[in-house]
Amino acid sequence: MSATFRSIAPRPAPVSTEGFVPWARANLFGNWPSAVTTLLLLGMFFWYLPGMLNWMVLKAVFVPNIQQCQAARDTGACWGVIAEKYRLIIFGRYPFDEQWRPEVATIALVALLMASCVRMFWRPWLALLWLLVMAFVFIMMHGGVAGLSVVETDRWGGLPLTVLVATLSIVLAFPLSVLVALGRRSKMPAIKTICTIYVELIRGVPLISVLFMASFMFPLFMPPGTSIDVLLRVLVGITLFSAAYLAEIVRGGLQAIPKGQQEAADTLGLSYWQAQRKIILPQALAIVVPGVMNSFIAIFKDTSLITIVSLYELTGSMGLALDSDSDWRPFKIEGYIFITAIYFVFCFSMSRYSLWIEKQLSTSKNR
Amino acid sequence: MTEPIITFDKVNKWYGNNFHVLRDIDLSVAAGERIVVCGPSGSGKSTLIRCINRLEEHQQGTLRVDGTELSDDVKAIEAVRKNVGMVFQQFNLFPHLTVLENLTLAPMWVTKMPKKDAEERAMQQLKRVRIDEQAAKYPLQLSGGQQQRVAIARALCLTPKIMLFDEPTSALDPEMIKEVLDVIIELADHGITMICVTHEMGFAKAVADRVIFMDEGQIVEQNTPDEFFNNPRNERSKDFLSKILGH
Amino acid sequence: MTATAVPPKKRNWSLRSRAVRGVLYQIIALGLIALAVWFLAHNTLQNMRVRGIQSGFDFLDQPAGFDIGESLIPYDSMNPYWKAFLVGVLNTLRVSVIGIVLATVLGTLLGIGRFSHNALVRGLCYAYVEVFRNVPVLLHLLMWYLVLVSALPGPGEERSVFGLFFLSNGGVSYPVPVWGLGQALALAGLLVGVVLSWLWAKRARRLFELTGKPRLVLWPSLALLLAGALAGWLLGGAPTAWSIPKVGEFSVNGGSSLTPEFIAVLLGLVFYTTSYIAEVVRAGIASVARGQSEASAALGLSKGQQMRLVVLPQALRVIIPPMTNQFLNLTKNSSLAVAIGYPDLVSISNTALNQTGRAIECISIIMAVYLTTSLGTSLLMNLYNKHAAIKER
Repeated sequence: MSATFRSIAPRPAPVSTEGFVPWARANLFGNWPSAVTTLLLLGMFFWYLPGMLNWMVLKAVFVPNIQQCQAARDTGACWGVIAEKYRLIIFGRYPFDEQWRPEVATIALVALLMASCVRMFWRPWLALLWLLVMAFVFIMMHGGVAGLSVVETDRWGGLPLTVLVATLSIVLAFPLSVLVALGRRSKMPAIKTICTIYVELIRGVPLISVLFMASFMFPLFMPPGTSIDVLLRVLVGITLFSAAYLAEIVRGGLQAIPKGQQEAADTLGLSYWQAQRKIILPQALAIVVPGVMNSFIAIFKDTSLITIVSLYELTGSMGLALDSDSDWRPFKIEGYIFITAIYFVFCFSMSRYSLWIEKQLSTSKNR
Repeated sequence: MTEPIITFDKVNKWYGNNFHVLRDIDLSVAAGERIVVCGPSGSGKSTLIRCINRLEEHQQGTLRVDGTELSDDVKAIEAVRKNVGMVFQQFNLFPHLTVLENLTLAPMWVTKMPKKDAEERAMQQLKRVRIDEQAAKYPLQLSGGQQQRVAIARALCLTPKIMLFDEPTSALDPEMIKEVLDVIIELADHGITMICVTHEMGFAKAVADRVIFMDEGQIVEQNTPDEFFNNPRNERSKDFLSKILGH
Repeated sequence: MTATAVPPKKRNWSLRSRAVRGVLYQIIALGLIALAVWFLAHNTLQNMRVRGIQSGFDFLDQPAGFDIGESLIPYDSMNPYWKAFLVGVLNTLRVSVIGIVLATVLGTLLGIGRFSHNALVRGLCYAYVEVFRNVPVLLHLLMWYLVLVSALPGPGEERSVFGLFFLSNGGVSYPVPVWGLGQALALAGLLVGVVLSWLWAKRARRLFELTGKPRLVLWPSLALLLAGALAGWLLGGAPTAWSIPKVGEFSVNGGSSLTPEFIAVLLGLVFYTTSYIAEVVRAGIASVARGQSEASAALGLSKGQQMRLVVLPQALRVIIPPMTNQFLNLTKNSSLAVAIGYPDLVSISNTALNQTGRAIECISIIMAVYLTTSLGTSLLMNLYNKHAAIKER
């Protein structure tokens, strides 16, 4: 019943659907509302663009010259305030001559964080590396060793403080969060209740109240006469806070492990802790890496709150730098834009990195 | 000779600029005819039937369904979809509605049927596929075979003239394939035009009036099941048959 | 063959029994925690004795001694502390509720905008989410406050808009109707209108099911609401008295005003939370498998019907739990108002803490209020989840 078959070679499409013009026709002018919206948005953009360009670049002052800045007051941005004050903004009240120390410490810390996310580095010596780098960072910041002058913690500030507090609190919170997550899944009612109360209590209250608690109540909890370092108080507060959120993420990872894994471990005769350490946790932790990274980004942003309890990290040091100098104070908005840009660059890069890591981990799961 | 109910006239479709997925398809389907389309994966079989109810758009050539030419015209598409029912490989039942609600949704909202009439018709179709006792359950509470039978009933509620099946048993466990195929075979005796993309060759032999073999976007061979399975004329058909009939 | 009624209970008290070990671990854990609590409490009492700090919640009845910048209820510095705290709670609720409504509307629009046909709209929605999400919320609040304080005219330079609104450094003043019987009845009429439009919607649905012809619901409902409010207003004597802000000797008198602190907190919270809500909405819509819209299209449903009957009901189930999480986050983030002087609960508690030294009491009040809100919302959320969950085997 069928005619003789003649094979047909593939042809390219008669009307091109790839390339910019077809794309624009489909995506920008696909139908009437779409076309009108495109024109409106482009119109608005080009209407405001000259004004914005003027203020930000063309009429802006880039040199730290107060007279020029004041002259350009409403017509151009005064980026000179950044040129003048950037060291105060980024490093806070850290002594001027020693600012190379927090710089080196921060770079080391950031490098360590980036390396820790890559699967290749998940070896036993990573823990040792962490200890070494943290010791190095503390020595750099605090001094007192190898001829470095001592700089007390209340003078630490700016970006290094932000990175340090965020990193430390996640690192310290992590083991605690694993224990709490295991505790919440435990069959022992007392332990499960304690862990659940801890997590729900912390997650139900704002971070500021936890910081207040750490700041005002922590000294009361210690024997009379002992004075607790401000940084330590804040660290304890943020660590307890992060641990509660991380515990939920780790618990999600544990729940994703099929029950068969635990059963296989049991049949092999492994004890509870052996099974957790060798079989369950390694798999769960690989699943939760993206969630942990998101937590890190959130904590990084939350460190801005420690300004309210008088530790001058990046947001606070900016206020400090400009409030104390009446000449430069009117240009606070440029200062804010500067630190907004810093936060954005850090957070955006971290979230892109996190997405890349997630893709790496998921492709390694699929054969 | 009566008008064919579906005509493909030099239909071509491309994905992007370079993937020529349907090449110069010429096909006529008579009313009441039962057709099985088979071929290796990527040959364009699913794309072919998805063009019939405009789930895919062809770029060149003419495609007429039940007298209406398929184009971007919304009214034409609406008219066609009222007469063409489709059953998917992944069932695609609406999980937030009960089985009965899944079936009455389209009659109530598309053909504006009163609820009571829609429910009556729904129960009729459920009885037909022998699953009426599950009417109050939710789709995810049923087995795969039961879900696919509900999907068939859902498509039948609109009393379509044409039924399209896109690999209806490929997502099912072996023991459930028979119950679904039995339902489709029963349907075949009622005069509905059927086009079924499937690998189930026993089903094709039992039901089909015509088997169409596609490869690389073209119709390579079409014949009665007897002729096609026992006397394939083309090298590619022979090659394909040897692979699937091998075990 | 004898039938045993109950399996015999084996009592094994050895340390190797898992049950015994379990009990032992719990006793140890509880013991450690009790020890820690005793240690902390002991130190606390000693410290308080040494520093002469008193404890107890009795301070709540004493006069507060400080003014509060804005309040929903009448308050002055002679009122007791508990009233000051109440003002704080109301202020927190005020900015949170308005913030939640605005953020939800804006966030939903942006989330849906990610699926627009127009690439510019898609790109702008994506850019909004990435830019606003990656900046700390405290920075949002501080920047808005700075902008508002610099933009609002100072004393002597107050600006009037349309003769009805006033911009001054006290905030944005707007006219309010003088509250009287007419307004109260109008509100009652509005509520009656709500009930009537709900009844109308039910009747429309029933008629649709009976005859298959869909009935209009939106316009009749709006008409009913308007009619109800109008009827109530007329019944109350059709009062037209408005309090319009005018420039007084020291400040703007009359009308009602939004302080720059309130506006800054509101805008900061709304713009920040919108970016998260937009993501939640986008993820929810994307989670509905493409097969669902294909199947509904194959059945002949129009694009609007597909959205309304098939995609949105499934998307909402995925959207609502994380959405309420964002509502809670917004409420918790409102505590940052302490940084710009908006008198929310944390801010007032901070003042009280500094004045009375009762750190534990004040902080526990803060935590108790927030905890109640969070737990209450979680409970409601769990109820909703159970009710709306897609039923599976």
